Amino acid sequence: MFIINCPYCGERDQTEFSSGGEAHIVRPKQPTELSDDEWAEFLFMRKNIKGIQFERWNHSHGCRKWFNVVRDTSNDKIHAVYKMGEKPPVNK
Amino acid sequence: MKNKYSIFSLIKNAFSSHENWQRAWRDPEPKKEYDAIIVGGGGHGLATAYYLAKKHQMTNIAVVEKGWIGGGNTGRNTTIIRSNYLWDASAGLYDHALKIWEGLSQELNYNVMFSQRGVMNLAHNLQDVRDLKRRTHANRLNGIDAVWLNTDEVKKFCPIINTSPDIRYPVLGGTLQKRAGTARHDAVAWGYARGADQLGVDIIQNCEVKGIKRDGDQVIGIDTSKGYIKSKKIGVVAAGHSSVLANMAGLKLPLESKPLQALVSEPVKPIIDTVVMSNAVHAYVSQSDKGELVIGAGTDSYVSYTQKGSHNIVEETLRAILELYPIFSRMKMLRQWGGIVDICPDASPIISKTQVKGLYFNCGWGTGGFKATPGSGDLFAHTIANDEPHKLNAAFNINRFVSGDLVDEHGAAAVAH
Repeated sequence: MFIINCPYCGERDQTEFSSGGEAHIVRPKQPTELSDDEWAEFLFMRKNIKGIQFERWNHSHGCRKWFNVVRDTSNDKIHAVYKMGEKPPVNK
Repeated sequence: MKNKYSIFSLIKNAFSSHENWQRAWRDPEPKKEYDAIIVGGGGHGLATAYYLAKKHQMTNIAVVEKGWIGGGNTGRNTTIIRSNYLWDASAGLYDHALKIWEGLSQELNYNVMFSQRGVMNLAHNLQDVRDLKRRTHANRLNGIDAVWLNTDEVKKFCPIINTSPDIRYPVLGGTLQKRAGTARHDAVAWGYARGADQLGVDIIQNCEVKGIKRDGDQVIGIDTSKGYIKSKKIGVVAAGHSSVLANMAGLKLPLESKPLQALVSEPVKPIIDTVVMSNAVHAYVSQSDKGELVIGAGTDSYVSYTQKGSHNIVEETLRAILELYPIFSRMKMLRQWGGIVDICPDASPIISKTQVKGLYFNCGWGTGGFKATPGSGDLFAHTIANDEPHKLNAAFNINRFVSGDLVDEHGAAAVAH
């Protein structure tokens, strides 16, 4: 349990948000050209990092907007929050 | 077997104030090379080593564990054992385990306190009723004992449940598997450790794996906090940390690691003599032999390795428990903890070869691995020894995420395991 600083609403309890998992997984531009291996990679394979992870969150019980969070999964400390489409503030 | 446990050894040792019991397993230094190494000294890993030695005569093997054996999820679960899964592949896998549980204490000469007190799954809405009835039929076709109980029968089987129709989660019925139950989780790890050790397996604790070495497509050894150990067969059974180890070998797994919580109350006199699970409201409860209520909660929604979990998850579970069991309203909770569970997209495990030769993974057990411990060890040992899966774990290969042949137990078995 932790506090997330929503870029639109400010600091709120984590229970107001929904986790959207790993960020920056780009949907394939040409889905019909994809092999089964590439589909599996896009759909299922995850880095599941112990340490600094880039992830998506949705303020589902607030403004309902999506944004990105940089969080250390080994201690739940949040290092940065940035809007969709913005460059990650720390080196990815 | 040296030092067999029996009523006679108990009496004999009583005369020397129980000061002369032998160690249950050795504490060896790692050798330079093994025929196989198991990474992870939980129940599944120790069982794998035991069956490799016992059924496949591979005795020059080691189990390496970064902490102490049974200190991870083996010691953190709610000890529920059942096999009433919907799909044929899962039913085969979990019932294989349940059959081994039934003779495990005798086989290991170690009392794992397996208690077939029954597991009851409650239905709280019409969809629950349909799903659970369907599951009961599927179970019976697979030879698994399962019966449907109506509300009165639920009340008769477990009288402390509030079956009033106007509560928040009314009980519309439930399923019962009588062969299901619980076991003492620590004893399972200790029993397998002692059994494996007596067959010559080296159990190396406080030995963290720092790297997995490959020579092209073949695995050749592991870097550990106790030095480099060579082996051409490495089986990884690391639960929540599976992705971390896969990463060391340059692999990616379809897993997300999340905290799953449980809690126990102060000990009280016997009040509930079965296991009751309520999947829709995410609450399950049983009573340990010490008298504590053992309560299982849900997982957090986000990836985390913190072994804590959020307070709101516990709050939701206790809210449901109090509604269903008003008699518990003044119970005090003693301890709460979390374990990191590795969850597959289809909520079924992976017991599989990988694209790296000699590297095997047993992971993705998510919230329900304890019940499968003996079967998982047996089948993983078979897979490692023969470099081929057993027919019971063939469906649980890692390639199913490419082929699309998923074993989708998520909605089917409901959330709790």
